[in-house]
Amino acid sequence: MTDEGRKRLLSITGVLFAVVALTTAAGAQDKPRYGGELIFAVPSEMPSYDGHREGTFGMVHPLAPHYNTLLRTDPNDRTGTKFVGDLAESWTVSPDGRVYTLKLRRGVKFHDGSEMTSRDVKVSYDKIVFPPPGVGSIRKGQYTNVEAIEAPDASTIVFRLKWPQASFLASLASPYNWIYRAEILAKDVRWYEKNVMGTGPFLLVEHVKGSHWVGKKNPNYWDKGKPYLDGYRAIFMKDSAAQVAAVRAERAHIQFRGFSPAERDSLVNALGRKITVQESAWDCAAWVAINQDKKPFDDKRVRRALTLALDRHQAAQALSKIAYVKEVAGVQVPGTPFATPPDELEKLAGYGRDIKKSRAEARRLLREAGVPDGLSFTFTNRGVAMPYEPVGIWLIDQWRQIGLNATMVTIEASQHVTELRAGNFTVSSDAQCGYQVEPDLDLAKFQSKEISHNNYGRYTDKVLDDLYQKQSRALDPEERKRYVREFERRLLEEEAHTFPTLQWHRIVPHSAKVRGWTITPSHYLNQQLDTVWLSE
Amino acid sequence: MAIRPATVAEVPDVAGRRGWLAQVRDFCRERPLGAIGAAVVAVNILVAISANVIAPYDPLTTDYGAMLAPPSAGHWLGTDAFGRDVLTRILYGSRTAMLVGFACAFFGATIGAVIGVASAYFAGKVDLIVQRVMDIFLAFPLIILALAVVSILGTGIQNVIMAITIPMIPRAALVARSSALAIRELPYVDAARAAGFRHRRIILRHMLPNVMAPYLIMLTAYLGQAILLEASLSFLGLGVSEPTAAWGLMLRGAAVQFAEAAPWMAIFPGLAISLAVFAFNLFGDSLRDALDPRLKTQ
Amino acid sequence: MAKYIVKRLLLMIPTLLGVAVLIFFLMRVVPGDIVELRFAGESAFAQKENLDKERARLGLDRPLWEQFVTWMLGIMRLDFGTSMWTGSPIIEEIQLRAALSFQLAVMATIIAVVLAIPLGVVAALKQDTWVDYCVRIFSIAGLATPSFWLGIVFILMLLIVFKWLPPMVYTPFWVNPWQNMLQLIWPALAVGYRYSAVATRMTRSAMLEVLREDYIRTARAKGLWQKLILSRHALKNAMLPVLAVVALEFAFLMGGLVVTEQVFNLNGLGMLFVESVARRDYTLTQALVMLVAFVFIFVNFTVDLMYAWLDPRIRFR
Repeated sequence: MTDEGRKRLLSITGVLFAVVALTTAAGAQDKPRYGGELIFAVPSEMPSYDGHREGTFGMVHPLAPHYNTLLRTDPNDRTGTKFVGDLAESWTVSPDGRVYTLKLRRGVKFHDGSEMTSRDVKVSYDKIVFPPPGVGSIRKGQYTNVEAIEAPDASTIVFRLKWPQASFLASLASPYNWIYRAEILAKDVRWYEKNVMGTGPFLLVEHVKGSHWVGKKNPNYWDKGKPYLDGYRAIFMKDSAAQVAAVRAERAHIQFRGFSPAERDSLVNALGRKITVQESAWDCAAWVAINQDKKPFDDKRVRRALTLALDRHQAAQALSKIAYVKEVAGVQVPGTPFATPPDELEKLAGYGRDIKKSRAEARRLLREAGVPDGLSFTFTNRGVAMPYEPVGIWLIDQWRQIGLNATMVTIEASQHVTELRAGNFTVSSDAQCGYQVEPDLDLAKFQSKEISHNNYGRYTDKVLDDLYQKQSRALDPEERKRYVREFERRLLEEEAHTFPTLQWHRIVPHSAKVRGWTITPSHYLNQQLDTVWLSE
Repeated sequence: MAIRPATVAEVPDVAGRRGWLAQVRDFCRERPLGAIGAAVVAVNILVAISANVIAPYDPLTTDYGAMLAPPSAGHWLGTDAFGRDVLTRILYGSRTAMLVGFACAFFGATIGAVIGVASAYFAGKVDLIVQRVMDIFLAFPLIILALAVVSILGTGIQNVIMAITIPMIPRAALVARSSALAIRELPYVDAARAAGFRHRRIILRHMLPNVMAPYLIMLTAYLGQAILLEASLSFLGLGVSEPTAAWGLMLRGAAVQFAEAAPWMAIFPGLAISLAVFAFNLFGDSLRDALDPRLKTQ
Repeated sequence: MAKYIVKRLLLMIPTLLGVAVLIFFLMRVVPGDIVELRFAGESAFAQKENLDKERARLGLDRPLWEQFVTWMLGIMRLDFGTSMWTGSPIIEEIQLRAALSFQLAVMATIIAVVLAIPLGVVAALKQDTWVDYCVRIFSIAGLATPSFWLGIVFILMLLIVFKWLPPMVYTPFWVNPWQNMLQLIWPALAVGYRYSAVATRMTRSAMLEVLREDYIRTARAKGLWQKLILSRHALKNAMLPVLAVVALEFAFLMGGLVVTEQVFNLNGLGMLFVESVARRDYTLTQALVMLVAFVFIFVNFTVDLMYAWLDPRIRFR
């Protein structure tokens, strides 16, 4: 070899070597490590183990790792709106949007060793969509569109819909629609309320009531190479200060629901680099419910004045320091496909930047409606400190600025729901929370009272109902966006039936050792823990 | 020195013989702790009455530009999570505290004492029945009673007072009864009955003064307890609601969250509560020592 | 004495009955419905027939008197039923939590009594000296501090100064006494301190009363030995009101430590109480109230016996 040639060979080898070294180093940093037990705090405990029956995150967090669903939200996607297959390998939708055919994975085993087939999927979904008498399925109303569920062969499942529904894929990705074993359901349809038998990445070890829940790795999980963790331990801790103390003392790695800004700051100050903070807009917003059976709130001018008085942008800055609210939003979580962009949002009543102008307009409307200056009314607030209390105090203050005298009455949380439903309030705090970012879910509540059980404003608005149906059936995303915007405008501005104040803001500070978990707007999503690993 | 047999208790007839100013002076001299306690109580009451005059700001006005500000010349005790002046809210908070404290303690201890003494005096069936009813309420956890009162009647200061007073009554009755039981056996009560005095007279004139010591202790203890109970109820969301200024309310929520970053939010209301309860108890102790007729050696 | 015991045992029954009636009706008067809370909370899709079916399943659609009688009959068979929220037997729900609450109550009582009696006696014997002042200030400080505040300060101190947190999960004493103590000693101290304050003051005041008795004063005037002997005698007589207070507080500790349990994250009866009330879980709340009431009534009964033993005059009424 010539000298030239040797030098070139050396330099190429050198570069190659460097490249290999770099990639291995980077890879070693990001390559998931096997082992370890994830410890997390759960603020509430589940009443039963049946995901089809319950709604609380206190059930989802400890139990989701034991199960799979047909589809799920992509665990690496921050918006929580991309769907990937879980037990379904692939799927097709018929051109008219009414038939969904899904191909199931083969070789998936339940924890007891039996094989998962389409019969298990069909029976599980039958339980959700067509529950037998005596069996509760609280989200049944979401599936009224399903005409039939068929299992033509062991690895195919077909859903037939009555009309096209844009949100059906999302429904199949619902974090609650766990696939149960058909054999067990045939023997005892309520077995899953007190027992666990799934196909998921973790097996149940023990549940001590009021104390903790332990799961361990499923060695026969169908997704080879996962999960990374050896197991997990969920500890039930009702008090948020106790949860923060646990994370701070490095006795718990994470609390999946969220902490307040102050708690985040205290953790960051105490632990510095050992803490990673993930934040996102939350699929939950603080709304104001107005009882239209009570004068003068039957007049939409008065209702519009209430929303015009609110300086949402100032609140976004101020309240986000002390409460977990932040974003100014309409009916959808900011940053998600159907959310109205900020510059368009500012055109709505109460969302503008010129608060003086808005408040002048509010006063004018009040005068026009014949409302006396200094009108007193009661603002009923839910007896939960965060974030209802700060938002309530802020609201009272804002309404004072347009000459309205609101007194806040705090009602114990359980009673609040009852009072809202019974109409025993004038103006009240309300929340719209969804477990998935989907207009069908987020907008359902605001339909007329004949349709929506949770319509606290007690109004009937056929135009709104019509818009809801239109957006639900619009398969073209652009068309759907239009309908959602129209819905938003009518709800918040034209009729001002009800309106949001601020979007909640999800803050999850966690041990820097926790990797592979991505925050989404919903604390019900991404909880299977199969992608999570603990670094050194 | 002749040992006098226990006679019918006399309410010390001191008022007529020496001016009340001299009495106060004696009290301060003999019982300095009690005097300090009394002074603090007096200051508290004064502050409660004159809060709107002496407070530098309005307790409800928010100031988003000055949230969580540390103590400074403009805000002596800093501001809270809404920019409201902590000093002002403490001054106004003493109104809620004094009101809740005095109302609950007075009604609770008094009604309870009367029931307890009457029950001990009448004995027999009356005692049995009253005892059972008291036992039923005593056995009831405070939270349930408070929740029931607050749920049925709503929140608001008068309902909080009721929620706190109701569990106090049977406790006061029990303690009063146990003291009264001991006295009931003494010969002079029998003598009074034999002499035909009416029940009411015997109870009020002869038995009550002798349970005065535990009654006063209960009163002062309950004063403090009522304030503390209100704080606990607020913690659970069953007490006075925002944006009212109340010490217990100031201690929850943001105060705990910001305990490290902005400790003034929790320290000062906590101090205010502790100081008030402390003072009430010091004063009550010394008052009881001063008034107890059997402590007089003459 | 035997007749007294029987009489007092019989008297427990009307009290328990009264408590049962009161809690039964109180819970149903408070607005709020468990079925709504569980299924219709934030979901827009709950349908009325589902909710009604659930109510029927829980027996909530029966007439009130029928529900009450069913419940009472169950109690007499010692069958407390199942929790409306979880569907599990109530005995299961209560077991572990009751063990923790009971242990905490006992520990706090021991701490309280160990502190209170000597301090109270010394303060009474040395009334108006600096010893008395110190004891009074110490005990009043215990009364004046809000208990949850104390708890928060404890935890913060442990965390910030010692960088240590008590165990988060309860291990029963017989399984691992060291872990168990590590977790429970802190709330026991926080609670015990407050508890001792009440008892110290009662001890002091009761001792003072007795020490004023003429025969004691004579003995004190006569000399040290007599004073000592009679002080012990005095102590025995002073114990009645102190016993009453200690017993009352103990029973209160069984279900009343709601805030402390929350702050120290203890899985006890107080937390269970709050949760069951918040959920309007009638059966569980009723069972808990009956349990707490029974403990209280039983403790009272024991105290009454001691009263009767210490002061014979009471026996013969």
